[in-house]
Amino acid sequence: MKYFTKSHEWVSVEGNNATVGITQHARKQLGDIVYLELPSPKTTLRAGDVFGVIESVKAVSDLYAPVSGTVTGSNEELVSAPEQMSDGSQENPWLIKLTLSNTGELGGLLSAENYEKYLEEEVK
Amino acid sequence: MIGRQNFDFEEQLIFEHGSKGRSGVDLPECAESQAAAIKVLGKHLRTEEDQAQLAECSEPEVNRHYTRLSRWNFSIDTNSYPLGSCTMKYNPRINEWAARLPGFAQLHPYLPESRLENAKALIEELRAYLGEIGGFEAVSLQPAAGAQGEFTGMLMIRKALEARGESRHKVLVPASAHGTNPATAAFLGYRAVTVATGSDGLIDMEDFEAKLDEDCAAIMITNPNTLGLFEKNISEVCEKVHAVGGFVYGDGANLNALMGISRPGDWGIDVMHFNLHKTFTTPHGGGGPGGGAVGVCKELAPFLPDSGEQSIGRVRSFWGNFGMMIRAYAYIREMGAGGLKKASERAVLNANYIKAKLKKAFDLPYETDCLHEVVFSDWKQQKHGVSTMDMAKGLIDRGVHPPTIYFPLIVHGALMIEPTETESKEELDALCEAFLEVAKEGPERLRLSPFHTALSRLDEAGAARNPILVFKKE
Repeated sequence: MKYFTKSHEWVSVEGNNATVGITQHARKQLGDIVYLELPSPKTTLRAGDVFGVIESVKAVSDLYAPVSGTVTGSNEELVSAPEQMSDGSQENPWLIKLTLSNTGELGGLLSAENYEKYLEEEVK
Repeated sequence: MIGRQNFDFEEQLIFEHGSKGRSGVDLPECAESQAAAIKVLGKHLRTEEDQAQLAECSEPEVNRHYTRLSRWNFSIDTNSYPLGSCTMKYNPRINEWAARLPGFAQLHPYLPESRLENAKALIEELRAYLGEIGGFEAVSLQPAAGAQGEFTGMLMIRKALEARGESRHKVLVPASAHGTNPATAAFLGYRAVTVATGSDGLIDMEDFEAKLDEDCAAIMITNPNTLGLFEKNISEVCEKVHAVGGFVYGDGANLNALMGISRPGDWGIDVMHFNLHKTFTTPHGGGGPGGGAVGVCKELAPFLPDSGEQSIGRVRSFWGNFGMMIRAYAYIREMGAGGLKKASERAVLNANYIKAKLKKAFDLPYETDCLHEVVFSDWKQQKHGVSTMDMAKGLIDRGVHPPTIYFPLIVHGALMIEPTETESKEELDALCEAFLEVAKEGPERLRLSPFHTALSRLDEAGAARNPILVFKKE
């Protein structure tokens, strides 16, 4: 299942394992990404924590953990070549992988459908 | 207004001028000391290959190179400069006259105190003026610029909390505050917690109260905020922060909207920095240095950099950037209380004039009357494929410095325009004309602009990803 946040992160869940990234909308808004900072494995995150930093030619933004858990890996390829966030060379540019510590939190996130609705409202 | 600026020729780097062995000066031979130096350095003496690759030019080559480069300068002396939140107002020439008076210009901080009386008197008077304008008990002129003023102010807050035996961990920062505020908090080891902005563009009081607790060392507030709006609940915010034992830091960067009208100290702000290079007409960065005076309430006064034993200690060598103090002093004396008030009123009027002229062409995210600056978004232009960046580049072709763009972050593709009081109606009309032109220009041409500069659209992403910071001869 894939879930979304109002701060434009997505989280894809299989059992206790989660993959986190930022949505296509967020990537489009940010423009050319020039720098990315991600946490090292074993970092524990609470939902809402800042887990990394993303910098585009326009602005520097924090990345927020949509769910609580322990980091098991990060997309090192993206860190060394952040242009791959938007140039299409990675089909699904994910940022970090987590082991969930509270699957109950998923209920508070947006479904794909509700995220689309939220975008429409925000754009208005 | 479209026309060629002074940017229409290319200039090589200084390293690409001159030739080997050329020099602008003849120095006397010093064979003896040179031999001695070579002996001392021994194997550490640099060989021909690893010597620093300095430019070798004649005096005319150096002079012409930099004079040509100076013609690329875009400055408040040549064109409109509506860079939001930066208060790019005109620097009156009388300031320069005052700063060049030999009695000031030829002073040295190591002169005996008896020879520094006039300078000390000017410093004392300026402290009193700033204290009166801001509503503060005491003022230090040491900090060299706004960021150092913030650092100094927050250091005093930390020290005051330590003196009470308290250790607090977080600092609240509204989403519409200046970007330097959370950076200052983080630099001092605090956790910066963002307070949301409500639909009216002001601090969301519900979110503020939810995040306020006894772990809050301070809230850092910019008022008017970066949307150009006055935080009308400011006194209530101050009261509530004080009630939990926290302090209120005021970012004085937008003080140009308030002189003689409202005093931050009266709202309950405990400490605030003034930007002499914004509000008080001293030159900005590049032409700097700046001046980041700090005003404090009674409780924080003992912690000032230049006070007694509880002081946080010196933050700047000697007396600070004295040359800036002379200019700020000259400005305040020239304007007088009534003149300063009028300057703020005109700054606000000018911003609202621009708002009224541009609000049909651009999306206005917050309708409230603005103070010294106005913020538009790029929603309307985005629909036909034009971004804020494109419009900023288009403005360059029209002889206008782009406004502050993509800030504040809470506005989509923000265009933050601050005209200041020193622009006449004719200048404002010309400025608006340029904005109206780029607002309706098609994406095909705008995406490639600027055209009238030595270099056209630069690859900003490429420059950030692969910066070349050191010149190497081929």
